[in-house]
This record gives sequence, C-alpha cells and structure tokens, in this order.
Amino acid sequence: MHFTINGTKYDADPDIRTSLLDLLREHLGLTGSKKGCDHGQCGACTVLVNGRRINSCLTLAVMHQDDEITTIEGIGTPDNLAPLQSAFVRHDGFQCGYCTPGQICSATGMLDEAKKGWPSHVSESLDGDIALSDEEIRERMSGNLCRCSAYPNIVDAIREIAGEDA
Amino acid sequence: MSDKHTLTMDKPVEKSLLDSGAQGLVGEALDRVEGPKKVSGKATYSAEYPIENIAYGFLVRAPFAVGRITEIDMDAAKAAPGVVDVVTDFDRFIRNSAQGAVKEAPVQGVRDVVYFGEPVAIVVAERYEQARDAASLVRIVYDEGKGSFDFEAGISHADIPPDGAAPATFEQGNIDKAMATAGVTIDGDWTTPSQNSAAMEPHASIAMWDDDGLTLYGAYQMPSFDRPSLADALGLKPEKVRIIAPYIGGGFGGKLGIAPESVAAAIASKTTGRPVKAVMTRQQVFDATVRRSNTKQRIRLAADRNGRLTGIGHESHTSNLPDEVFFEPAGIATHFLYGGENRKITHDIVRLNRMLAGSMRAPGEAVGLLALECAMDELAEKLGMDPVELRKVNDCEQDPEKDIPYSTRSFTECLDEGAKRFGWEKRNTTPGKLREGEWLIGHGMASAARGNMLQPSEARVVLNPDGSAVVETDMTDIGTGTYTILSQIAGELLGLPIDRVEVRLGDNAFPPGSGSGGSFGAGSSGSSVYLACESIREKLAKAMGVSPDDLTLKDGEAIAANRHVALRDIIDGAIEATGRIEPGEQGEKVKQAGHGAHFCAVRVNAVTGEVRIDRWTAVFAAGRILNLKTATSQCYGGIVFGIGAALTEELVHDPHNGKIVNRDLAEYHLPVHADVPHLDVTFLPERDTHANPLHAKGIGELGIAGAGAAVANAIANATGARVRDYPITLDKLLGSLPPV
Amino acid sequence: MKTFDYSRADTPQDAVKGGAVGNTRFIAGGTNLLDLMKLQIETPERIVDISRLALNEVEAMDDGGLRIGAMVPNADLAAHPQVIKAYPVLSRALLAGASGQLRNKASTGGNFLQRTRCYYFYDTAVPCNKREPGSGCPAKEGFNRIHAILGTSDACIATHPSDMAVAMRALDTTLVTLKPDGDRRRISIHEFYRLPGDTPHIETVLEEGELITHVELPPAPAGKQAYRKVRDRASYAFALVSVAAIVAVDDGKIANASLAFGGLGPMPWRSEAAEAALIGKAPEREAFEAAADALLADAKGFGSNDFKIPLTRRTLIAVLRDLTEDAA
Repeated sequence: MHFTINGTKYDADPDIRTSLLDLLREHLGLTGSKKGCDHGQCGACTVLVNGRRINSCLTLAVMHQDDEITTIEGIGTPDNLAPLQSAFVRHDGFQCGYCTPGQICSATGMLDEAKKGWPSHVSESLDGDIALSDEEIRERMSGNLCRCSAYPNIVDAIREIAGEDA
Repeated sequence: MSDKHTLTMDKPVEKSLLDSGAQGLVGEALDRVEGPKKVSGKATYSAEYPIENIAYGFLVRAPFAVGRITEIDMDAAKAAPGVVDVVTDFDRFIRNSAQGAVKEAPVQGVRDVVYFGEPVAIVVAERYEQARDAASLVRIVYDEGKGSFDFEAGISHADIPPDGAAPATFEQGNIDKAMATAGVTIDGDWTTPSQNSAAMEPHASIAMWDDDGLTLYGAYQMPSFDRPSLADALGLKPEKVRIIAPYIGGGFGGKLGIAPESVAAAIASKTTGRPVKAVMTRQQVFDATVRRSNTKQRIRLAADRNGRLTGIGHESHTSNLPDEVFFEPAGIATHFLYGGENRKITHDIVRLNRMLAGSMRAPGEAVGLLALECAMDELAEKLGMDPVELRKVNDCEQDPEKDIPYSTRSFTECLDEGAKRFGWEKRNTTPGKLREGEWLIGHGMASAARGNMLQPSEARVVLNPDGSAVVETDMTDIGTGTYTILSQIAGELLGLPIDRVEVRLGDNAFPPGSGSGGSFGAGSSGSSVYLACESIREKLAKAMGVSPDDLTLKDGEAIAANRHVALRDIIDGAIEATGRIEPGEQGEKVKQAGHGAHFCAVRVNAVTGEVRIDRWTAVFAAGRILNLKTATSQCYGGIVFGIGAALTEELVHDPHNGKIVNRDLAEYHLPVHADVPHLDVTFLPERDTHANPLHAKGIGELGIAGAGAAVANAIANATGARVRDYPITLDKLLGSLPPV
Repeated sequence: MKTFDYSRADTPQDAVKGGAVGNTRFIAGGTNLLDLMKLQIETPERIVDISRLALNEVEAMDDGGLRIGAMVPNADLAAHPQVIKAYPVLSRALLAGASGQLRNKASTGGNFLQRTRCYYFYDTAVPCNKREPGSGCPAKEGFNRIHAILGTSDACIATHPSDMAVAMRALDTTLVTLKPDGDRRRISIHEFYRLPGDTPHIETVLEEGELITHVELPPAPAGKQAYRKVRDRASYAFALVSVAAIVAVDDGKIANASLAFGGLGPMPWRSEAAEAALIGKAPEREAFEAAADALLADAKGFGSNDFKIPLTRRTLIAVLRDLTEDAA
C-alpha cells in the first residue's frame, strides 16, 4: 500500500485490518499520534485527512491511500514549532503530553472549521458569524479528553492563536 | 568519583539554598523544558520504541468472576495466522496490579480467578491485529465458584485491616457521648462509587531479554519500586531488571505498581525469544488494573452553638479483593483538619470479587472530603453560620490528636483569601431561590487538605567545566513537571541557565528516586538534586578557597571574594555528586500538610437537573512553589478530578458478577473541555522548613481534596437538595427541582 | 477484529452487487462499524468500501424538499446552508452528537445504522440477545441507566443512540435505497426501524446488500424547530433523553406538531398520540402535560433508568413551552 503523510510518500505492508492509527504508529514509526482508547472516545489519535480532523483509530489504513494525511509530526518539529504548538508550550496546555498531539491536530482542524463558518452545539445562531468564545472553543474541543485536565490552558492557547488568525 | 551526600530529615532545615540562589529560576512560571518534544509528538512513551523483531502480545481475560480454570484450550489460537505462541503461567502471572510503593510482587497465580476479566494468558503474534483476533480463539474452561458481589450485604461482616496510610481504627474521647450532649449534630451516610484513574495512555510494556536480564519499557510511576516488584514476580534479582520510563502518559495512581501486562510480556518474551509489546486496551485498563474503591462513609459531627466541634466521627467502609491489605483511607484528613476532642475514625473493608482497589489521586482525601466537607456545610446551614466562618472556628493551633504542632498551616489565610477573590460575601444565601431563566444558581465552598510526605530518593548530578550539568535519577515525570523543576533546582544551585541543565529520568540505570506518587515526588526527588548540588557547591567553594556560604554561582561563573571566574577555570574535569534524602523524625515531630480552600459557582438546570460549573476560585498553601506554571496546572488537574468525582465519574460493577459495566471512555464519563470553566488558582507564600531542604510541599493531590465537595455544596445551595450519593448525576436531582 | 476481504466500490451498482454476498458490510465513515469490529461484535467476512461513491451532494428537490447523498459527512450536513435555513432541528441534532472528529467522518447513511451503546451488547464475555440471539439479556436485571423505557421486549431493552436519526424522524424523512437486483426502494423512516420483539438482532427493514444511497427530506414543515439533548456531561456523551420537536401555532392553537425522541426506545421514537394531544389545543401547560402523558402511557423503567420517565416529561414540556412561547 502507498500513503502520503506530511507530504512524504511511504510504502507499507500492513494487515488489511490495520487502522490508520496503527499504520502510523506500528508501521511508519510516526508515534506522535496516540492511542488512548482505540474507539473514538478520547481524541488522542486525531490527525488531519485532506485537511479535516478525524479519529485515526476508527478508519482503515487501506481506505486512505489516495489521501493527504497530516500528523503532529507534519505540523512542526521541536526546533521549528508551529504557532499553535508554541502557544501550547507557553500556556502549559498539557502535562503528561499524551493527549497533546491529538489536541493540537484537533485544534488545527477546528480553527479551519470555524473559519468556514461552521456552527457548533453552543452557537446561539446557526448561520451567524462564528466568534470563537471560550465556550465555543470548549464545545468544539470536547472530543479531545485530557485527564491531566490542562483544559483551561489549552483554551488559552487556542484562543491566542484564533485571535491572531482573525 | 561520586560521593553520596545524604540528609535525613530529623531536624528542620532552616536555611534553603534556594533562597540565596542567584540564577532566578526557582519559583518562576517557566515553560516545561520537555514541552517542545511533547507538542510535536517526539516524546517517546512506553509502547513507542522501535525494536527489531518485535512481536505483539494481547492479553486474554477470564470471562467469569470467580472459579478455577481447568483448561486453557489454545489450539485454535495457536493455529491462527501469525500467532507465535500463546503463553500462560498459572504460578507467575500476577492476579492484579501491585499496590504503590511495594517492592514485592502482588498476589501471583491466575488459575484461581477472583474477579471478572482477570488476565490469564497472552497471545503473541507477528502483528497486533493477529494477536487481537487470536485472543478471541482462546477457550477457557473453568469450574465456576461462588463470589461476593454485594457491598451493602458485606458491611455486616467487614474486615478490620492492618493500618495503612491512616490507622485502620482510631478513637479519642467518646463520640457517642459528644453527639448526645452537643447543641447541634449532623449524622449521615455518604457514598462514593468506584473510580478509575483513566490516564490517557493505557498501560503498556515492551519486554526484552539479553544476557543482563530483562529490559522493560513500561508505563510505571515508580521504577525504583516497580523494578524489585517485577523481579520478585519473575524470580529474578532486582539488578537483573531494568525499567525504562522517561515519558508516562499520566498515572494518577493507576500506574504506581506493576500491572498484569508487564509480567505477561516478560514471560512471553522469555518463552518466545522475541521482544514482546503488550499494550492493554482501554477496556482492559478498566477491567484489570486498579480502581479507587467505592466507599460508604458515616459522618458524625457534634458542635456547640457557636459551631465549635466537640466531636467528629468518620467511619468508612470500602471494598477490596481477598488478601489485599489496601484500604481507601477516607478518614485520613479528618485526623488533622479540624479540632474536636471526641473522635472516632475507622476504616473497614468489605471483601468483594471486584477488581483490585488501590491508590488513585489523593487516596483518602479525595473521597473522604466529599463526605466530611458536605457534612460541615450541612452543619453550617443548621447553625445558620457562614460555612467559611465554621471552618475558621475549627481551625487548630496544633494537631488535634497528637501533641505536635503543624509544620505550617495557612488554612484560615486560604479561606480568607479565597473568599475575597471569589466574592463570597455576595453569595446566594437562600438555597434554591436564586434563578436565572431556566437555571438555578448556587455557590459552594469546601476546605482542602492533604498530608505531605517524604520518601527516600537519590539523584546524581554531574557538573561539566563547560558550564553544563546532567541530572540523573529514576524518578519519573508523569505530567507533574519533574523535568522542569529538577532543571530549575539544579540550575539555581549551580548557577546555570535552565537550558544548560539536562535532566534524565525514568531509568533504573540511574540512582533510585522516590517515584511519582503521594505528591512526594517534587519534594523527595527535588531534595536529592538539591543535596547533590550542595555537595558540588562545596567542592567548587573549596577550589575557590572560600566557604560555600560566600560562593555565588550564576550563568556559569563562580563569584566570590570579588572574583568572577568561569567554571572551566576552576575545575579541570566534571564534578559528580549523588544526593540522597531520607525521611526522618520530622515526619512525626510535626504534622505536615498542604491546605487550601475551594469556592465555586454552579448552575443547575431547573428542568433537567444538568449541572454546569461557571466559576472556580481556589487558594492553596503548600510551602514553596517551585514553578508557578506547572504547580498551577497540577492544581487544575486536581480540581477537575474533583469535578468528575462530583458530577460524572462512576465505575459501575454489575450486581451479579462484579464486572465493570461501563468499561470504555464513552460511558465512564471523564470531564470534557465543555465541563470545565476558567479556574482561578492562587498560592499563598509559605516555606516549610520541616518538609525538606526545598521548603516545598506536595501539590499534585491537594487540588482534588475538597474540590468535589465544593461542587456538591454549591448544588445544595442552588437547589436546596442534599445529595449524599456521588456522583450527583441529574437523576438524583430531578425529584428536588421545581415543577416545570 | 476478524480478517475480511476488502474491496472498494466505484459505483452504487458495484457496491450492492458486492454487498449481496452473505456477511458483507458496507463501510462509509466506519466510526461505529470498526468500533464494533475491534470487539468482534461485528464480524463481517467482506467489507465493501463505499466511502468514495459519488453520493456526497445535498440538492434541492423540485417539490421544495432536500435530497442528501448518503455519503455526506455529518459535519457537512450540519453546516449546509439549506439545512440550517429550513431544517435547523437537523443541524442542531447533528451538532449535539459525537465530536468534531467523528462528525467529519460519520456519514449520513451510516448514522441511521448506528448500533446501541448497551454496555452488555458491547461486551462479548456476557450474553446479549442482540449480539447472540437467544443468549439472554443481562441489562434487564443489571445496570440499565441508559436503556429504553418504550418499545422494549423481554429480549432487549437497548436504545438507538443516534441524534441525527431523531431529527430525521421528526422531519418525516424518506430513505432511498438501491437493492442488489438494481431496484430502488423508498422507505419512510417510520417504516425503517423494527421493534426488537424476539429478534433484537434485526434492527431495520434493510435487506442483505441493500444500500442507502440518499435521504430525502420533505419541504420544511411549518412551525418552529428545536432539538434538546439531555446527557451526563456537557458534551461528547450519548443522550439520556433527547427531543426533536417541530410545532406550529396558528391563531392561538397548535396547528401542527411533530415530536421525536432519542434515548427512550430501540429506535428514534415518534409518538402520534403525543402529537394528537397537542393539535388543535392552545399551547398551554394542559396540552403539554397531555402530550407527555400520551407519550409515556406505556413507559416502563427497569430500575436504573426509571428517572427517564420524569426526565422525558419535564424536557418535553420545556421544549414545547419554548417553541410556543411567542405564539401563546
């Protein structure tokens, strides 16, 4: 099978049952995406497929051979962090760090969704302007659990970057 | 050559070198030093090491609660594609996780099953998918036995366990008499459910053998204990085991002791001659690691009309497996939080065939204060007193049970500062009457208290002439900030910028650290680094020909007697020292604890009973705060655990077989982003000279202590309803809500 | 997860041909199917990947309704301008469900076919009539906080977990399918789901290999729309109770009411009796109470889910009040 991940082409020979997450972690050495539940219930495995955030644990690798996949490794490196990653560091938006790549990938996708004007469960109006209030950020990020509970700091980090984009 | 600088805390350390450091690192709100790695996916957790020829292990569970296995039919599994082997060891596989801070193996032997889901075998295959599939082909034949699953029914024949973190039983004066003669009393039962630490990283081990023995990449909080414990389980000398755990995806008690996957992976690796990776599924973590016990707690409070307590009773029942001595020490903070001359604090265990109960964040305080602090709130209401005032009236000059002083106790100060920051004087004082649209508004508060501990801990520090330093200890960073605070301490004492200090953690190749647990990690491992650095400072002073007191170290230079000298001009080669801290008499001569107060505002939906938290203020005093940023985050974590305990978290046991019913993260409800408001956390300045040379106390668990009770009290204030059965899910409030 | 043969279908016709072979499942978003396959609750021998089928358009129909391709992701459907404008109850229901990540993947067609979240269904170590017909139902005597109070049977008390499908039921949706023989079927959502009876493993009227290709919404009904979901945490949790309601008030009387419920039954629940109790009545408490009485007349709790009865009553009354407030 052939994959395009973070702009790099990979060949791999996974089992037909291999999830996109296990492909990344077990076959390609891209262990930044985390397995917290393997059932779409924690968000630690969040990656971007064709720019959209999804749970990589709940999709088969074989289904994504024609897609552009972005993982945390493609968002920024320790020496060259993306603004959102730097904001997570500055605001202490993590503790153990295990949910963090998923939070950052999810936030990246989420900011794009907001830019497109997608409403959320807490949006007062479905077709109004989307201002990313703290309440909006919290609702839109609720698919990413953090047991260390860096939640307030994650919201601070995202708010800062959302503000810069606006 | 390294010499070992040891300090036993028999006496207070009046002067801390952290107060005279010139580098300006300690106490600052510095970013985590490992942050760039964590935000870019480059921190390596246990299951993430690329290893040649690795095979995948998948645990097989017993599909029944109690009984004896007569046969494990492995034929079909062994014949499945890619399967290398199916391995079990009825004698050596561990029945359940080890408790925290024990060096022995937990109960071993899995032929006799005592809880539903006990791991009894491991399938090893070339690929993960093959192992997972083949595990379903293993057929377990068994004679089913009779188990105990009914907690309430077991209360009549509960055990009195040996003393644990708290005495099993304690009596002073006569609580019955105090209750009979008191002006005002409270007497009620509170219940809390089983809970799971639910760290985001599931338990994971990679086991591999060579001539030196076993190397295990394992997600474990306490490698210096987990090493001998694992060695004991395998019949090895401790030095034949090396645990490596530089990054751990959260622990919260759930990874204190070795879990079943470690021994299974080690034995499977030995049997197959392959490195074996065994990662527990989330369901297996719920089924077969460790839970916080459910509790039933009777609280009795006797007070005079002014609110002064004359008696406190805190009698708790918790549950655990047969042969397990651990009990949830629900009364642990009750021993020292408030005065009252008549006291009875007991802990009985109901023996049940439910998975192991053990430590989860703040064992004792976390659930004990859910009861005590709500009872205090009820008492305040009965007395018509401000709940803050009631706490202050019962603040103590000294430990109410032992004739010893507190090391420090800024309890009243926390209450006052918290009340001020929150605006407590503007709170709702008429329960159930403040309403905004569909929402009932309530305000609540509770005290926080968590005992402070010190554990033996060692670290090695090497100072290089180029002005860099390396710190090594097998202490862990489970998200607590260890990498950062140890860098700060070493940098402060050796006068180095923080980026010139490299901290290496979580490897038995390094000196034995305290491990992460009981909030003792920072104080214990930090002190060991402090002592090593102190030793290095003495050597530098000697080389400079000055007394250590006259030596200032800053930015890689030594400053003394009006001379600025670069380190490379003082030392030819690296200087190495090992520091070791030992607990001593200060543990008994004074009562050491962190204190605090929580204040929160909640909304309860008047139609549905849904609860939302709008606002939170917490003030803590816990000695020196080593890093304002990571300390604040630790407290956030504790508070949100408290919110979960109050509102959503309940590990449900099936009434017929004790099995975990809600064994995934869809149905075990951790708080999500939308459940957590902005949290306002403040620390009061404090120095605890009795605790350790850092003058710092633990904070990882202080935040959870009392947090859930503040929520419960706010709900009572919003609705007028006292729910004594946690979590306070909406169904328990429906009956108390106004008509729609 | 059992291994399987995988093929990708290029057209719906390809898909149904492949799907006609026994023990085949279509995979679109996969967010529930793979979840279940990992636990061997679903063990298909063949998987037909339908995720690339050109069924991802939302189009206006001549009659003023809306035709939605079965592959449209939940997120896109929720944010679609036509849906927001004419069917806000559907947007709201979608946005109340799951998480941003799941909504990006889960398909419109697949959402109808989500399987229950019953704890016992999800654990292959215990009996379950839905998973293994005839093996028993531990939920009835066990922990059943999330279980059904309407439409249950001796064999099964599980609920349908979808939010979207609840709104779809209130909107009188029609599902359009393609069968292996090339025939198309139009199935009203009211006929789509089956009560558990003694065959709780059969959940819909779909035949083997039959593929949902489209969903058709009739023209937007008159009245105001609302979706209210009650759950155990503020987000990312399944409904304990949810209400999709469309109510029109005309001249001081309720002219039209469409009510569907999640969390109560084995399917998105619709109560004609509750609607009948409203129509022609003044939008006042008495009518709301009567609607709740009618809805819950046959409700039966199993212990830990007893609270759903008063919760449903309260939630329904509040929703009806909110929808008719201005008109009353």
